[in-house]
Amino acid sequence: MGKIASSSSKGGIGGWINDRLPVTQFYKDHLSEYYAPKNFNFWYFFGSLALLVLVNQIVTGIWLTMHYKPDADKAFGMVEYIMRDVPWGWLIRYLHTTGASAFFVVIYFHMFRGLLYGSFKKPRELVWIIGMLIYLALMAEAFLGYVLPWGNMSYWGAKVITQLFGAVPFVGDALVEWVRGDYVISDATLNRFFALHVVALPLAIVALVVLHIAALHTVGSNNPEGIDIKKHKDENGKPLDGIPFHPYYTVKDIFGVGVFLLIFLFIVFIKPDMGGLFLEHDNYVPADPLVTPALIKPVWYFTPFYAMLRAVPDMQLGALIMFAAIIVLFFLPWIDRSPVRSVRYRRWPFKLMLGLFAVSFCILGWLGMQAASELYKLMAQVLTAFYFFYFVWLFFYSRNEKYHEVPERIEDH
Amino acid sequence: MKKIILLMFLTTSPLLMAAGDYYIGEKVQTNIRSTESLRNGAKTYMNYCMGCHSMDFQRYNRVAEDLELSEDEMMNGLVLTDAKFTDKMTISMGDAQAKEWFGKTPPDLSVIAKARGLDWLYNFLINYYADPNSVTGWNNLTLPNASMPHVLWELQGIRKANFDIYDDEDGNEHKDFQNFEMVEAGLLSEQEYKDLARDLVNFLDYSSEPAQLIRMSYAPWVLLFLSLFTFMAYLLKVNYFRDIH
Repeated sequence: MGKIASSSSKGGIGGWINDRLPVTQFYKDHLSEYYAPKNFNFWYFFGSLALLVLVNQIVTGIWLTMHYKPDADKAFGMVEYIMRDVPWGWLIRYLHTTGASAFFVVIYFHMFRGLLYGSFKKPRELVWIIGMLIYLALMAEAFLGYVLPWGNMSYWGAKVITQLFGAVPFVGDALVEWVRGDYVISDATLNRFFALHVVALPLAIVALVVLHIAALHTVGSNNPEGIDIKKHKDENGKPLDGIPFHPYYTVKDIFGVGVFLLIFLFIVFIKPDMGGLFLEHDNYVPADPLVTPALIKPVWYFTPFYAMLRAVPDMQLGALIMFAAIIVLFFLPWIDRSPVRSVRYRRWPFKLMLGLFAVSFCILGWLGMQAASELYKLMAQVLTAFYFFYFVWLFFYSRNEKYHEVPERIEDH
Repeated sequence: MKKIILLMFLTTSPLLMAAGDYYIGEKVQTNIRSTESLRNGAKTYMNYCMGCHSMDFQRYNRVAEDLELSEDEMMNGLVLTDAKFTDKMTISMGDAQAKEWFGKTPPDLSVIAKARGLDWLYNFLINYYADPNSVTGWNNLTLPNASMPHVLWELQGIRKANFDIYDDEDGNEHKDFQNFEMVEAGLLSEQEYKDLARDLVNFLDYSSEPAQLIRMSYAPWVLLFLSLFTFMAYLLKVNYFRDIH
């Protein structure tokens, strides 16, 4: 009789499973013996929080799907049915809608952490690029989900965004029709958006998240000092400045989850529409192709890019610029050529520019929510130009950048 | 030519200014926890609004439960039709009839408070005035040229509005609201009418999301539990990191 078991088999059910599927080894590799730098700070909570919000979106999404019908005549009423007649439906829906905004809050913090500490730099380029793909997929997912309640802003938002495909040369009009599944936004559009929102994109996002973490655990986590902890290991091959992810960071992240949930559930229970920021007033009016909302604007997390789109008079060029604003981020590992990762060891020009970049992105977000005026348009143009200038500046500045000396080891604190 | 006429209309019409920012003369203070106020609002709604405005997503039994009314009190005391207790608050007026009578279907008011906001609704209810130039004989400061007549006129009375009308340097006509003048007193005093409007707005707010009563009552307990949880988690974290330098 042949034996599959290896010499390390311990027997018992655990041993039997481990001989066929290395569960214990997986647990060790990714939790109990995954060594993370000991100096994670506030900015390092957002990775695990993003995972928490993803799980929240999937679980609440499944329950919402049980009570919703993607039918143009019924969709608006289905949401109200969930809010009123489905037991705890209101909570499930608010967890999902607040979760959508929370996802972007968490992701924006998570991405800015990368900018602060140079987490996208060698050897973590792929971690960053996969992360950017998640961000793109998340934007598509959020947009599609926003259409499902079939309110008037869902309808007009869908119309404006699908129109952007018309900016593609030659095949634009055909592409718009293909995306909509009709000449106009209609029942067919709602149906396919539902399919993409509940099946296609969640699958893609989950797969990308797995790759994101796999790539991260291959090269190891960065830290606020930007120091490579793998350079100094003890006799067992463990990094001297590393601590096992479990229990240290699982315990620390539970605390982070507590703080996050305090804020998150405060919004869910006290102010779920955030005064029109998370759930917009115009989306409580059923979709009406004949009545345009006074101000068509996307939800807050898209508004920086929406401001860029509106800043350019030509729609085709505007769409291109908006798209380029996202694409340029993919190339960040090669745009920032400084050998120093963390902002802590870079000098004031970098700190100043990164600060200005973050502030201008926030102002663009605010501008994207306002009714268009000449002044706002001019401001959006200046800030859009600055957004791109930042990357050009960084490319040249970082080449021969002067920086402070980076220590070999993470100092005790 | 058509374009010129349209342009003239657009530049001279004072109503256009109101299209974007509505006239909100005073803010409203409502209390969703006041069952008394919600009952008053429900009564006004059933008596005056429901002839034309449905509440398709709201059910009678839900309202009764939340307003602490028995089935008998609800169906015999408040509801004027022969609807069933578990029915949704629909109306019998069809779209075709509505369009013929009002030019458009009066909107369903289930979630109107979410769409318009409480201050807007309150100001809409208290800012009607008699206007001989309008089709209905009524006009509204908050929603100029509203196609809805002043259904509550008996209660508020008949008022006319005084405007300061003048041309600016460019020859554009301006129409600034000055004050209201009571022509014929209503059944209620000014304050009583405002209270009625406030209660009605309160009921519309409740109807836009009946769950907010439950939501608000759970909120303190959820946050209290989480505060304790987070505090414990913090202690645990500190304990674990004691040896990490």
